[in-house]
Amino acid sequence: MGSKRHNIRSNILPKVFMVGPITLWLGFLIVIPLLYVLVMSFCGTDEYYNIVYKFTLENYKRLFAFNYLEIYAQSLLIAFFTTVICILLGYPFAYLITRKFTRKKAILYMMVIIPFWTNSLIRIYGWRTFLGATGFLNNLLMDLHLVTKPVEFLFNRGTTILGMVYCLFPFMVIPLYSAIEKLDQNLLEASADLGAKGRNTFFKVILPLTISGVFAGSIMVFIPCLGYFFVSDILGGGNADVIGNLIKRQFQSGNDWPLGSALSIILILITLLLVRIYQKLGGSMESLGM
Amino acid sequence: MNRKTKRKFTDFISVLFCGGIYAFLFLPIVVIVINSFNATTSKPYLTWKGFTFEWYVKLFSNETLLDSFRTTITIALVSMIISVIVGTIAAVGMYKYKFRGKNIIDGLLYIPVVIPEIVLGISMLTLFAKASIPRGMLTLILAHATFSIPFVVFNVRARLADYDNSIEEASLDLGANRIKTFINITVPVLAPGIGGGALMAFTLSIDDVIISYFTNGQVKTFPLKVMESIKSGVSPDINALSTLILLGTALIVFLTQSGIFRKNK
Repeated sequence: MGSKRHNIRSNILPKVFMVGPITLWLGFLIVIPLLYVLVMSFCGTDEYYNIVYKFTLENYKRLFAFNYLEIYAQSLLIAFFTTVICILLGYPFAYLITRKFTRKKAILYMMVIIPFWTNSLIRIYGWRTFLGATGFLNNLLMDLHLVTKPVEFLFNRGTTILGMVYCLFPFMVIPLYSAIEKLDQNLLEASADLGAKGRNTFFKVILPLTISGVFAGSIMVFIPCLGYFFVSDILGGGNADVIGNLIKRQFQSGNDWPLGSALSIILILITLLLVRIYQKLGGSMESLGM
Repeated sequence: MNRKTKRKFTDFISVLFCGGIYAFLFLPIVVIVINSFNATTSKPYLTWKGFTFEWYVKLFSNETLLDSFRTTITIALVSMIISVIVGTIAAVGMYKYKFRGKNIIDGLLYIPVVIPEIVLGISMLTLFAKASIPRGMLTLILAHATFSIPFVVFNVRARLADYDNSIEEASLDLGANRIKTFINITVPVLAPGIGGGALMAFTLSIDDVIISYFTNGQVKTFPLKVMESIKSGVSPDINALSTLILLGTALIVFLTQSGIFRKNK
């Protein structure tokens, strides 16, 4: 009886009050800005780099310049290797902390997150301090007389990938951890009871049941890699630029916002394509949110 | 190899592997902490010149650095509060009511989660520029709240999955109005979800580089201050501040893990 009375009371006001703020917020700070970037990507500039609102495909044509194509390829390659390394390290790691060191798993899991409470820029700079020509590693190698002059570790694709793996590793571990944690111990025992060897159990039971975590982690690692300009700035030293560096340049010194917008649209399209593939593979959006 | 030695061997390999991963994760932090005690005074502050506490003293007279830290904390707190309010109300509203366009809002919430941050950053920059909103504290807070709101919604939503609507109805029946019911009944039940979302919002905000880079104007957050100093070499007082922040957050983690959160379980 009571609930009916409340339902009769107008539901419009609380509905507007509860759903209104989020609608306005997303509308003004996500939808409009992204639509504006889309519009701008079809605009030109005058000689002072002011935006001229006149339809042109010029920006998109310029995206096919050879030096740009090279950077897209490089960026995709860096993202690919980062993702593969994160899977190869993250999967056994997540498996071990959830199923082998079960009693300590909460602490072990927390210890993956804690480094993130120190600013990521300064941690990346920590790698530069460690690997630099006068850095800790070179000093050690020199003191041990293993090398006679400092080794140049820095400023290449390898160190950029190292930095990306470092920054994004937890985003692989988090979905893997929750996928592996859900694994039913009885299934593994059943598989063993039925005579399956360890390898068979892994490929026929464990992996298919946790592959969703691999997919979610891959999305969470691959896509940010394309944009993380500060990692390639600090550890790549201009030799390992990603698409993010190209965009940043247009909104900074280059000041060609329409070109930067067109580059951003490319990044959005890549994101949409990858998320679409992810959904086709059976991935749920919810696993990306946490 | 018999079974026992084999087992011991795999145990050993497992510990070694996980230990290696933690070494990888904590190595740069160890470097930062060590360098905060470095007595060197010449750029780029990389050669070890002996042990000193001097940078910890200097830190407290470096006003611009301390200012950037205060700015970061202020932005993180304010954007956290905003995202908690907007996100919690939205999560409950979307749970309780059916309305047209619900799927669209649901989809839009995933944009800040999956899209590269740089795209979000430049899109807000272009909007603020077009709308002639001066870039500074306000735009930073708006931007940070925008990427935090979805995480609050998701965390609260996870709690709503086993939410019992009848307690709310009981409260209304007993004469409490809707706002009172929301604050006294709904919010406490959802508290762990709200807390998780708030923590996430705060963490994302203090660490954010990319979105702040495009929306800051003249205001320098701590990460942007670090970015600026990287060209000439990060001075050890920045390392000292980072070390203190690390200690502070480790303490918070320790306290929340051992006490407050357990009560809610």
